[in-house]
Amino acid sequence: MGAGTELGRVRGLGAAKDGVHHWWLQRVTAIGNIVLVLWFVFSLVRLPSLDHASVVTWLRQPVAAVPMLLLIASVFWHLRLGMQVLIEDYVKGPTRVVAMLALNFYVLAGAAAAVFAVLKIALGGA
Amino acid sequence: MAGRPTAPRPLSPHMTIWRWQVHAIVSILHRVTGNAMAIGAVMLFLWWLVAAATGAEAYATFLTVATGWFGILVGVGFTWVFFQHLCSGVRHLVMDSGAGFEIGVSRRAATATLVVSTLLTLSTWAVIFSTKGL
Repeated sequence: MGAGTELGRVRGLGAAKDGVHHWWLQRVTAIGNIVLVLWFVFSLVRLPSLDHASVVTWLRQPVAAVPMLLLIASVFWHLRLGMQVLIEDYVKGPTRVVAMLALNFYVLAGAAAAVFAVLKIALGGA
Repeated sequence: MAGRPTAPRPLSPHMTIWRWQVHAIVSILHRVTGNAMAIGAVMLFLWWLVAAATGAEAYATFLTVATGWFGILVGVGFTWVFFQHLCSGVRHLVMDSGAGFEIGVSRRAATATLVVSTLLTLSTWAVIFSTKGL
């Protein structure tokens, strides 16, 4: 039954058994990002102008607003997983807990602001 | 410890002795570019999106900064960072399938990520400069 000592297991040390899930979601969101971010870059480059009216008109279309919402979910999820690995590699002890909390707040606040902005434009508020 | 040989043991390979190779550089760049985008590019994306949702005036402020020389410099930089992370990420997905681990293939693929990301950055900005009147 696994690595480590009985005492270590009692203390809750050792693998948390969710590494594979993290690894897999990193790949799923990576493939999502390939499609969605390339679509985003191509769409912006192909717009006749990047002034306010052009961008708002573009984002009011469901074919732009829906992929944008998917992009926000995929990108923020992917960076949440990636930055967790960075924190786990370089930040130790109680500071790591603070860093992980800060990461979670950053991701949720950023994604919420982005989703709200897209919905506001798409539903005619801007 | 008793009984162990006391002669100096070889220290190589070690971080400061190991010869730099393209695989190592691309691997480190993958982490650097990913986390740079997670903070920098995402902040700029949020500024752009929230400004567009706020109104024409807030968006004009963003556009003035973005189309200035420093804004374009940052834009070109993050374009390369994005394409490098994309190319390196695709290489990782291929290697996740168990392919491309031969030394020659691995080295050529790592070099290719740098070449392709640079070419994609140049062509993207060539299109932007020729169509957006910057």
